Amino acid sequence: MRRTGVFICWCGSNIAATVDIDLAVAAAKKMPGVVFADQNKYTCSEIGQEMIREAIRTHRLERVVVAACSPRMHENTFRKTVAAAGLNPYFLEIANIREQCSWVHKDKETATDKAIALIRTAVAKAARNEALFASELPIERRALVIGGGIAGIQAALDIAENGFVVDLVEKEPSIGGRMAQLDKTFPTLDCSACILTPKMVEVAQSEKITIFSYAEVEKVEGYVGNFTVTVRSRARSVDMGKCTGCGDCMLKCPVKVDSEFDLGLIKRRAIYTPFPQAVPNKPAIDRENCRWFTAGKCRVCEKVCPAGAIDYSQEDELRTEKYGAIVVATGFDPKKLDNYGEYAYGKHPDVLTSLEFERLLNASGPTGGKILRPSNGRPPKNVAFIQCVGSRDKAKGNPYCAKVCCMYTAKHAILLCEKVPGARPFVFYIDVRTPGKDYEEFYNRAYEEFGATYIKGNVSKVFPDGEKLLVRSVDALSGALVELEVDMVVLANSVDARAGAKELAQKLSITTNAYNFFNEAHPKLRPVETHTAGIFLAGTCQGPKDIPETVAQASAAAVKVAALLGKDSLLSNPTVAEVNEKLCTGDMSCLAVCPYGAISEKMLEERRGRETVRRKVAEVNMALCQGCGACTVACRPGAINLKGFTNEQIMAEVEAICL
Amino acid sequence: MRYSYYPGCTLKTKANNFEKTALRTAGALGLEMVEVPEWQCCGALYPLNTDELFPLLAPVRALAQAKEAGHGTLVTLCAGCYNVFKRTNREMSRNGEVRRKVNGYLQEEYTGEVNVLHYLEVLKKEVGFASLAEKAQKKLTGRKVAPYYGCLLLKPRDEMDFDDVENPTIFEDFLRALGAEPVDYPYKTECCGSYLSMADEEVAATAVGRILLSARKSGAELLVVACPLCRYNLEEYGRELTERTGGEASLPVLYFTELLAEALAVGSETYGEEK
Amino acid sequence: MKVTADKVNSSLVKEVEEISGQKVSACFQCGKCTGGCPVVSSMDIFPHLVLRFAQLGLLEELLHSKTLWICASCQTCDSRCPRDVDIPKVIEALRLLLLRRKGGNRLHPANLSDRVRADAPQQGLVSAFRKYAK
Repeated sequence: MRRTGVFICWCGSNIAATVDIDLAVAAAKKMPGVVFADQNKYTCSEIGQEMIREAIRTHRLERVVVAACSPRMHENTFRKTVAAAGLNPYFLEIANIREQCSWVHKDKETATDKAIALIRTAVAKAARNEALFASELPIERRALVIGGGIAGIQAALDIAENGFVVDLVEKEPSIGGRMAQLDKTFPTLDCSACILTPKMVEVAQSEKITIFSYAEVEKVEGYVGNFTVTVRSRARSVDMGKCTGCGDCMLKCPVKVDSEFDLGLIKRRAIYTPFPQAVPNKPAIDRENCRWFTAGKCRVCEKVCPAGAIDYSQEDELRTEKYGAIVVATGFDPKKLDNYGEYAYGKHPDVLTSLEFERLLNASGPTGGKILRPSNGRPPKNVAFIQCVGSRDKAKGNPYCAKVCCMYTAKHAILLCEKVPGARPFVFYIDVRTPGKDYEEFYNRAYEEFGATYIKGNVSKVFPDGEKLLVRSVDALSGALVELEVDMVVLANSVDARAGAKELAQKLSITTNAYNFFNEAHPKLRPVETHTAGIFLAGTCQGPKDIPETVAQASAAAVKVAALLGKDSLLSNPTVAEVNEKLCTGDMSCLAVCPYGAISEKMLEERRGRETVRRKVAEVNMALCQGCGACTVACRPGAINLKGFTNEQIMAEVEAICL
Repeated sequence: MRYSYYPGCTLKTKANNFEKTALRTAGALGLEMVEVPEWQCCGALYPLNTDELFPLLAPVRALAQAKEAGHGTLVTLCAGCYNVFKRTNREMSRNGEVRRKVNGYLQEEYTGEVNVLHYLEVLKKEVGFASLAEKAQKKLTGRKVAPYYGCLLLKPRDEMDFDDVENPTIFEDFLRALGAEPVDYPYKTECCGSYLSMADEEVAATAVGRILLSARKSGAELLVVACPLCRYNLEEYGRELTERTGGEASLPVLYFTELLAEALAVGSETYGEEK
Repeated sequence: MKVTADKVNSSLVKEVEEISGQKVSACFQCGKCTGGCPVVSSMDIFPHLVLRFAQLGLLEELLHSKTLWICASCQTCDSRCPRDVDIPKVIEALRLLLLRRKGGNRLHPANLSDRVRADAPQQGLVSAFRKYAK
């Protein structure tokens, strides 16, 4: 038996209110090997940690069990504590009596019984813990940023500023993202392009940053400090070296298709840049619509190109590069309105989404910045703005609040009044939410200064009636029914995760929530990290947020990347799988289940009697292994063990908990 | 194809032209409708309270008979019956407690095995509107028809799963297959007042007035329905409205099967009145 | 009309929830039900307020409301409700509280109009008596 010390934490009242600590301490003292047991109000505090160090010295402890919160919270803290007193950090074992006990139980007696059982389990395992040692791993001093919107741009600039090389991958032919589509930004009404385009140019001019536009991440392998990423650059059919960006090809191309950037409100050509300030400002050929690629005729762009830059023979290019860290900044999609037939979107041309309305406001948009009804080209007088379309709707939309709609709708109401004299905005809301610096004041201006009418009521249905639209609702505050004849309806559709978010998460081995937003490692304390070391999040791919929050998160992610890339080396995780070659039969079941490609075959030469025989066994690449343990389950002879979680240790836990 | 067929009370009396035309067209399309023997009234309404199961017994009994007959599918014409059967069936297949209690009253166990289809769905899914268009020799070219869905075919959204609740298209596709021109109007799914016409006629009349006005504005010359109660409300209050206002406010209302019979040339003598 | 602590958690509210199978607390009064109700102009307490009154335990007001007998159970409201509340079920439960009382029937065969007697489809009559009488 190892000389074991048990330290039971109250966690203030978090544990102590539900678990009888005195009883637990008394019980711990009787457990096999336990030579010391005590309690502390906050074991993670300096006083609590000193108690552990002191006890290790005084009682010559060989193993330490801390019964407290989840190991996710403080395992590292206490590993450092025991190491400071001279023990191997892996001699520490945590019994989680908070998340797995006090927080989920009400009855003190049963909670105390369970806490004691959990402590007994940890003591049993601790006795079998072995010393483990981390090895040093090199770091690739290059970062990958996925997504070229404002989040990706800010992260790339800040990482570059710290002196590291960055590759920025963007799916579209230009960086800029959603922010490039916006007209003005709340609450200051400064022009989105005016503040974004300088940053886009800065990215293009940075010696440290390389933009891969029209490109997507194909494959991600490796681990923190040593990711290997394959990026597919789609064939642009334009030689970026030769193209001068003169734009002649875009004028002459005979094919017109809906502009994605302008949400189909106008057409673009088959060879195109998404918008005039594109970076890189060099076009791409959309092969699905190009007449040469679809019908084998045309080649007009080739004829008019003065630089000879058109290259129909280009193929997709795959490029594999090593990175030390990855920032994911892939943004959001506006919610599709298939479930909201009641709003007549797609049935009447004057029913628009907010982003479409934003394009109408924009000087480089389809109307040159004039607010005009798509149906007749005339300015609208009465405009209904409907909030929470697909947000706060657990029945057929997103249950969450999309966070930005209240503010951009106040902006839309103000801009409508500024641009169309005599126009009247009617805003239908459920609640108006304006937390943020100067936000409430901005919203106040919308109704006080500009005369927007705010109506507390969700519109039930929009009835197209010839040129007009009849909006039916109720003002829940006065109890008056509302029947409003308007010229335009603007739907504040919700913020969805990007369509491909789930697939990207799988490639990156990061997790998503139920709505496909990427999960941060901790909602408060680790908001830009993911559960996969070395991968960070920025912007709306993590959840709905506005531009200031997005930029702040991007800069935070950049600091995390810089801190990581600035290290000399990384310590590896020693809790990896290990093959007992004597037991291994070489059936390689482990190889089939390993998600990290960490297992390979190896040939052994052995003497059997007088003969030398060759035998196949499994081998673990310690650098690739993430310690998930899948192989240990798949291995029939029990030849693979996860260090720190060996079969023997787990069985000891099972026996202890069954006592 | 053979189907179990549930007519319901109204189709044997006030709406017998609905049944006649439906059965005649089914025959012409090679669909065999086998009437459920000794059926009882479905109850007309699906119960909205959770503390009573008796209203489910009649529909479950008909469903169990359809299962026993081995047809696999129970077809209804009346939108009211369809609503009751579809929802009852769903509850029987999903709600273990309801299933257990209701089965306590049945000879044979029923667990929601039968597929409940409305005749419109049979035409769409089993016959196919493309094939229906080929068979409809007497095209209704130039007829501007306003499809009136009402509520019972479509709602509740999750339980009925019949078509898009707000913008359904099955009636329009059906009408196009017959060569008619469906007109679009925003009131096609707005309630006609339903049973309120039995107790509070004013409320139903107002609801009907709005529907007719919207349909007329969009150029409709007649309405088609799948529900006898909708038809009663639309016809009665349309007539009253015309009388009261002096102007023409009403529109002829037909069961969709009447148009189908005409297009398939299997007798359209029921066009218009027969009660 | 006054909200008091004992009304808010009255057993009658629980009974409504039990009969309807709906949680009245789920409603956040967005009013989408009321805006789309085809017969709302004849109601004295609007659908979103039916839920609000129930949340506050103002059951007496609800049980005297005309609204209970106006709702046609068309289910337009619950097909659009962002909180997934089946409002017709709540209204049905309130109706049943009254119909199940002695002498609670609201519709008698003697009171049917001549037109209804002559021409109404069985479907309508059966529905009406299911809704207005026990």
